[in-house]
Amino acid sequence: MGSGMTDQPTTHIQLSSSVVAEAKRLRNTRYALLAPGILTIFCIGIMPLSIVLVYSFLEPGDFGGISWVLSFDAYVQLLFEEDIFDETLSFTTDYIQIFLRSVSLALFTTIACLLVGFPTAYFIATQPPARRNAWLFLITIPFWTNLLIRTYAMLLILRDQGVINLSLIEIGLIDSPIPMLYTDFAVCLGLVYAYLPFMVLPIFASLEKLDFRLVEASYDLYATRFKVLRRIIVPLAKPGIAAGCILVMIPSLGAFITPALLGGGKSLMLGNLIELQFGQARNWPFGSAIALVLMVLVMLSLISYLRFGAKKGTPAHG
Amino acid sequence: MSQQPATAAIDIRETSKIYGKDRASGVVALDDVSLVIEDNEFFTLLGPSGCGKTTLLRLIAGFEQPTHGEIVLFGEHLEGLPPYKRPVNTVFQHYALFPHMTVAENISFGLEMLDKPATEISSVVKEVLGLVQMDHLADRKTDQLSGGQQQRVALARALAPKPKVLLLDEPLSALDFKLRKEMQVELKRLQNETGITFIFVTHDQEEALTMSDRVAVMRDGLILQVGNPSEIYDRPARRFVADFIGDINILKGSIVSRDGSLATVQLEAGHQGEAGLPMNAGSLGQEVSVAIRPEQLSFVADAAKANLSGTIEHISYFGSGFDYAILMPSGEKVMLQIQNRGGENLAYQLGDQVHIAISDNSMQILTD
Repeated sequence: MGSGMTDQPTTHIQLSSSVVAEAKRLRNTRYALLAPGILTIFCIGIMPLSIVLVYSFLEPGDFGGISWVLSFDAYVQLLFEEDIFDETLSFTTDYIQIFLRSVSLALFTTIACLLVGFPTAYFIATQPPARRNAWLFLITIPFWTNLLIRTYAMLLILRDQGVINLSLIEIGLIDSPIPMLYTDFAVCLGLVYAYLPFMVLPIFASLEKLDFRLVEASYDLYATRFKVLRRIIVPLAKPGIAAGCILVMIPSLGAFITPALLGGGKSLMLGNLIELQFGQARNWPFGSAIALVLMVLVMLSLISYLRFGAKKGTPAHG
Repeated sequence: MSQQPATAAIDIRETSKIYGKDRASGVVALDDVSLVIEDNEFFTLLGPSGCGKTTLLRLIAGFEQPTHGEIVLFGEHLEGLPPYKRPVNTVFQHYALFPHMTVAENISFGLEMLDKPATEISSVVKEVLGLVQMDHLADRKTDQLSGGQQQRVALARALAPKPKVLLLDEPLSALDFKLRKEMQVELKRLQNETGITFIFVTHDQEEALTMSDRVAVMRDGLILQVGNPSEIYDRPARRFVADFIGDINILKGSIVSRDGSLATVQLEAGHQGEAGLPMNAGSLGQEVSVAIRPEQLSFVADAAKANLSGTIEHISYFGSGFDYAILMPSGEKVMLQIQNRGGENLAYQLGDQVHIAISDNSMQILTD
């Protein structure tokens, strides 16, 4: 045993070294626990994305695939057309039009989903709790069937000899079938049908948390039904509405099966364009470039939502 | 129908509210209630939970429609009018402040809905914020406020549109004791300053007595008694009213003689005395229950001056006074309450034989 003078620093050092060891151990444990997650994100997220990124800066191979030559052609091709004879570039809006069509179709789909989905979610949220689950169950039933099958069913309903046209002719409202299939309307309807649950569920989640005594309070303060909706219910359901819009808008932008089947290949959308490049057109770099541009668009809209959500002080979820 | 005076703020006429199909199978929340509340009155509906007081308030606000009867507000029939067309506002039990708005936005909401000009809105908001002493917190979000502050905002929000009648649904029940006391004074002051008719719902008898001009005691969808606080406390007509409000001794007796609203009763446990008699109640010789408040009893040394006598069975001390439980030869017990005056109280000990005097005019005959 030494004196107090020499004893004290030693204990101090021992203490701090054990604290350091403990912290190290904790950190190692944390990494070990995080490893599966990190590995998954790397394998199915970062790696494929990097491949797409790299491919978009290469030249297309003669029979599909790529050849390892650095090229910005894929991105140039998005905006400029190459003359087959003298190889001069001229500005073209072909692909921009496809982009715009995709964006506007996705926007229409989102608005239609919101108009149908909000009242639906409100209805479910105002049911007695026991009945809410039954309604939610009904909302999820379409998920049990493959989207492709459901889209074919839609095709059977919309075509000239489909359920709608035949019954309209039967009751004598029309003489010849209304062409509905292979129009933007059909694509939009198909997308609404496919993505409506993604709108209903998040809005329901935020409406379920809404304190309906606030609605009563605003009625008491001279707010009409419409004003209650606009000033109280919609602002409080905003996180759910935003989440629903994102969940519908993003997959609609890249939708592939629905436009292919219901649009009949007439109105090309981004998803089909990308598929085309990897398939018949055998231009992998161009397909990769379109995919990346689409991803950047989506990211920009997400970032703007997060900013918007953060500014309002409402937690972003969904 | 008799003609009501023009000042009646609210005239509730034979109004019932039945939940369910009919009277037999449903729940009768309000049973054929008639009540007139005067302008500029602080009126309290008092009763235990489930007595129908909140239902009555919701009928006035328009959240529910009466099954029978009608409600008239300053001469205007309210039947079929939705809440947003009624010039009444409510202070809710849990405040129901809008969480996505600031204090000032909450308060201006009602005025905006009435399409008031912006200049008027801002001046009214300033005025009511001052009234409830919340000027400094106008720009806070409501979730950054304490319970008492939220209470004040809820009050300000309901007062801002200058309603003809303000409905308050147990607004103080969520506050702690001290804050509740403060708000009682505050509410009374606000009622005086604004001149608005307040209808206050509570199950707290002390709250009702402190603040109200008049109180209606309710039970099972019925109004048992309406009167000013001292009438309700000193002259309860029904056994339930006597029991519900404060401590009370109920002794058996019989009517010896009667003269209008007074009767002479012979107490089983002691002497004769005069007691108040509710209207149309009691015949000569009838067995009755007589109510006496514990603080109307006092110890006397002289047995000749005593109305009752007995043995002290229990003493409880509550700071400002003492409660004595006294067992009388008749087997009945009475509670006697005296102020804490130091040494004086030490004269009466457990097991002592004591004589008790009843103050004049303090007995009241009850009906069931």
